[in-house]
Amino acid sequence: MISQFFVLSLRGDNIVFRDYRGDVPKGSAEIFFRKVKFWKGEEGEEAPPIFNVDGVNYMHVKQAGLLFVATTRVNLSPALVLELLQRIARVTKDYLGVLNEDSLRKNFVLVYELLDEMIDFGYPQTTSTEALKSFVFNEPVVVDAARMPSLGPAALFIQGSHRLPGTAVTKSVVANEPGGKKREEVFVDIIEKISVTFNSSGYILTSEIDGTIQMKSYLSGNPEIKVGLNDDISIGHAGSGSYEYGAGGGVGMVLLDDCNFHESVRLDDFELDRTLTLIPPDGEFPIMNYRMTQEFKPPFKVYPVIEEAGPFKAEVVLKVRADFPTTITANMVILRVPLPKTTTRVSFDLETGAVGQTTDFKEANKVLEWCCRKIVGGSEHTLRAKLTLSQERTVNIKKEAGPISMTFTIPMYNASRLQVKFLQLVKKSKSYNPHRWVRYVTLSNSYVIRT
Amino acid sequence: MNADNRKGELVELKNQLRQLAGSRAPGVEDVKRELYKKVISYMTIGIDVSSLFSEMVMCSATSDLVLKKMCYLYVGNYARGHPDLALLTINFLQKDCHDEDPMIRGLALRSLCSLRVMNLVEYLVGPLHAGLKDSNGYVRTVAAMGVLKLYHISPSSCTDNDFPAMLKTQLLQDSDAQVVANCLCALQEIYLAEASRSDGSLKDRDSLYTTSVIYLLINRIKDFSEWAQCLVLDVVSKYVSSNPEESFKMMDILEDRLQHANSAVVLATIKVFLHLTLSMADIHQQVYERIKAPLLTLVSSGSVEQSYAVISHLHLLVLRAPTVFASEYKHFYCRYSDPSYVKKLKLEMLTAIANESNTYEIVTELCEYAANVDVAIARESIRAVGKIALQQYDVNAIVDRLLQFLEMEKDYVTAETLVLVKDLLRKYPQWSHDCIAVVGNVSSKSVTEPKAKAALVWMLGEYAYDMLDAPYVLEGFVENWAEEESAEVRLELLTAVTKIFFKRPPESIKMLGAALAAGLADAHQDVHDRALLYYRLLQQGVEIAERVVNPPKQAVSVFADTQSSEIRDRIFDEFNSLAVVYQEPSYMFLDKEHRGPIELTEDTGILPMDSKLSNDVLPSQHVEANDNDLLLSASEREESRGGVGNGSYAYSGPDLSGFDTPSPAAPSNNASLSSTSHTSPAIDDLLGLTFPAAPVPTSPSLKLKPKPLLDPATFQRKWSQLTIASTLDHTLSQPAALPSPQPLLRHMQAHSIECMASGGQAPKFKFFFFAQVADSPPSTGFFLVEFVVNTSSGISQAKVKADNADLVPAFGDLFVSTLRKFGSS
Repeated sequence: MISQFFVLSLRGDNIVFRDYRGDVPKGSAEIFFRKVKFWKGEEGEEAPPIFNVDGVNYMHVKQAGLLFVATTRVNLSPALVLELLQRIARVTKDYLGVLNEDSLRKNFVLVYELLDEMIDFGYPQTTSTEALKSFVFNEPVVVDAARMPSLGPAALFIQGSHRLPGTAVTKSVVANEPGGKKREEVFVDIIEKISVTFNSSGYILTSEIDGTIQMKSYLSGNPEIKVGLNDDISIGHAGSGSYEYGAGGGVGMVLLDDCNFHESVRLDDFELDRTLTLIPPDGEFPIMNYRMTQEFKPPFKVYPVIEEAGPFKAEVVLKVRADFPTTITANMVILRVPLPKTTTRVSFDLETGAVGQTTDFKEANKVLEWCCRKIVGGSEHTLRAKLTLSQERTVNIKKEAGPISMTFTIPMYNASRLQVKFLQLVKKSKSYNPHRWVRYVTLSNSYVIRT
Repeated sequence: MNADNRKGELVELKNQLRQLAGSRAPGVEDVKRELYKKVISYMTIGIDVSSLFSEMVMCSATSDLVLKKMCYLYVGNYARGHPDLALLTINFLQKDCHDEDPMIRGLALRSLCSLRVMNLVEYLVGPLHAGLKDSNGYVRTVAAMGVLKLYHISPSSCTDNDFPAMLKTQLLQDSDAQVVANCLCALQEIYLAEASRSDGSLKDRDSLYTTSVIYLLINRIKDFSEWAQCLVLDVVSKYVSSNPEESFKMMDILEDRLQHANSAVVLATIKVFLHLTLSMADIHQQVYERIKAPLLTLVSSGSVEQSYAVISHLHLLVLRAPTVFASEYKHFYCRYSDPSYVKKLKLEMLTAIANESNTYEIVTELCEYAANVDVAIARESIRAVGKIALQQYDVNAIVDRLLQFLEMEKDYVTAETLVLVKDLLRKYPQWSHDCIAVVGNVSSKSVTEPKAKAALVWMLGEYAYDMLDAPYVLEGFVENWAEEESAEVRLELLTAVTKIFFKRPPESIKMLGAALAAGLADAHQDVHDRALLYYRLLQQGVEIAERVVNPPKQAVSVFADTQSSEIRDRIFDEFNSLAVVYQEPSYMFLDKEHRGPIELTEDTGILPMDSKLSNDVLPSQHVEANDNDLLLSASEREESRGGVGNGSYAYSGPDLSGFDTPSPAAPSNNASLSSTSHTSPAIDDLLGLTFPAAPVPTSPSLKLKPKPLLDPATFQRKWSQLTIASTLDHTLSQPAALPSPQPLLRHMQAHSIECMASGGQAPKFKFFFFAQVADSPPSTGFFLVEFVVNTSSGISQAKVKADNADLVPAFGDLFVSTLRKFGSS
């Protein structure tokens, strides 16, 4: 069991603090914050999520710029505590609509109400958003979602002009809407994080897709729902050989290495027709997580050229090609290239007519950064950078620069070809037809091009 | 806000609250809410608002639930520090405990139990009794936890009112799964605390781990919330299944828990599976195969933090069973987005799973990291390459890579590489030619780290014949003696210079003189002493000195591992706990009072003296085999045998002195143990480390191995598998000579019959002995004996079990004759 739970801002202020067992000194929040802030160790290391100071174990997760922390003196399951902290954050978000410092401060009494029911004497009780509803009496004070950073969750799915209701993901499960009537809707999001490593010849060394099918339900009366996936999904076969590219399975099959499911999901028909049946509880939760190492077409190809151009000069040329349909646009594509330590100056040369592109040379850690706000499918972009070096090079300059890493968001695109084919209410009725949204997004996890 | 302002504000609040207390005006509740919120927000940021206590309580006579809850929160926070004021709240809380609305009953009961005030305990008993019997599940949930809270305030009033028994009943009967879960955790805590408070017997707690309770819990596992499932699974992992069929059935029921999205549920399930199959080698192996995919999925779904908890466990399993994970090596490649604490674990896993088929790829990948921007990871990667090289697979290619590192001309890369090349040469002297050619090119100026410098100096001294300029490079070091800050380097320098003198005297005699002079004048004691030693040796003659300083040496076959296999086993026992994350057994990081009981598993399982051995059966509670040999790689197995060679009891357990549960005394060579384990006086002699074991050849027909080795887990397994081959009755000639078991133990040991465990109290003692036929291969030819003796009557009985039943008569004779000699020798 845990002794204390608290939420700290990134400046170290206590926003919520609850002591369940009274066996850890009150100053623990401060001790924790100092330790995290001044984590000793070799350069650039951050504090691990779990550490021990004077017999007290501190466990934390970072969420929305806040630190959710639990302390304990006993030897309990770290996975349990971290899952619990994550869950507390999620349930809080379900109730407040938006999770940030401001919303927590405005709603701390409601948060205490939640905490009282979620944990008793340090033991987790119920954390279901649904079940907690009957214990929460404070109305959430809704924080203006418009003030959220543009890359907040709502923005993730925006693809060109196909704008989804932006408020949907920032809506509280308990708040009533201005009209007094609740909007009946359910969202199913397929979020895929992709990791690819290209070797210096441009071949794919490793690749993996980590996907989540996430549901957020605002349906009243808890109707039963069927989620149909493509029926050519095959599970587990790729796992045995692992990374056997193109091996096994029929042509065009979606081969998942493994997957897991939310408690509420019933798999009665899954083997038969790949449908998941569930009665969605209120709030946001992952229906299914999956992992895939089957070969897939990476959305971006990068062709780097790094060469010497005289005794104190070098040149870096980056060409990026977007290998996805022209109807799709990727957002916030950023490439980072570590340059030789002796680099003193970089001059950039963007292609003519480039729009929404910025370049930067981070002097402190000698990193080149190239940011493209939007890249349309099928297009190609090039950046030339001339480096000035403080020393004459003796060894191969290629070894001094790279590897290139890339981050991006591609709405309405998924690399795995796993799809939600339908989203049905089991009991159909003419009068009840809630809005159903299925959205896709692909995010970079670790996208590395070696030089 | 400064202090004065704050004071003013508090006074203001106080007045406002007082005015509102009796008011029935419309809208007054809203005003109250705002005031309460203000008070609670002060409380959160640490301002003391306890001065408002009586006003807060006065205002709480309300039907408004929001207000009520805020008041409960406030009261719970300050009652402990103001017991007199807390009394004020009792009245309205007790009243609320009888409210019509079950939610209010529950809330009030929870607040009542959370007051943590000693002299209010009497007010808790009634409401708790009622609460446990309440028709509403929520109230019972709160009540079950309330009992635990009561126990923490006053253990005696909890037990005197029979609450534990009531909880036990609810545990078995309640229809609400959360009530069952709360009863379970309350009982576990209470029984454990009771055990250390009284006789130390864990009988009560163990009564939770019986077949009936476990089946009940498993059969309704899906009724529980995911958190309660974790609790239940943890309890199930403590259950010892009686036969394989039962284990299989349990695993069948729990199988689908491995597909759960919650990593805590999956890890708890894995623990159950691992524990159930410990004694079934092949099934245990299959469990590893089965859990591989779910673990990898959990690592890559969820947040970084959740992933860290899972990957720590994966790390433990990979290090235990590297071969199972060898084909998954690409999953352990570092990702750009991984934090460094994850990268470190991945590097260690890559090192562990490297084998013939994947070494090339793994090393290639590691070499990429060596050029990493993150210096710490680059260093770790180079070390990993070195470790893989030492594992013997494809050394040739690896040496080439290492030598390429030296060409990268990055100081930290060079430093790490030099240290590795040195280790490599110690193991594979045959590579000296290639290595030395490259090391010779390293500019000694670019080597600054002491460890790397020492390595370079060692190589220069060792391979003076191969490196033409070795004397001159060393000369440079000697000239800069005064500037050399590290004693480690100076010590190494003395040795290297002396060694080089034996090989190439004309070029180095001058340098040797300078080095010895500098060494003798050195302020560091060790450096001074070594210089003096070499000087005196050289005075005795160069040859003599050479024999001491530079004897012919053998290649090192295995480098000592940093963590002993016992420690690793302890951590494995604590699977799904912080011990795995810290990579330390829990006794190393927890305060004494939070350690809980020593779990008697594996090597300690057979030794619970007092309560168990008084029965005529072996303790069945902790029959768990050690799975070491199933999964360790060959080299580790070798090493663990070596460890056993130091005496199978040389388990370095926790410091148990002052630990106040005396019963489950773990074997330990800590002498202070004997003071706590009053019921087992023989225990430190059990260590058997100090006895001059003089094996006496006893019988020509049967020769026993002088120092047989058998770990307790194997003993237990054999004991439960074999049948009694012979029962020997014998009357000791000098019964009075046995006031304690030690003399008999020593006697038997001198005759090659070792004791596994002993226990009992005068006059009745019980021993478990074992012996092994001389020259029999490991783990065969054992005799196991259960020996009961009544020292006052001298009557004894021995039950013998044996791997080879044919030898039992011979062994029986030998055993009796050895007993006969006891007292007469």
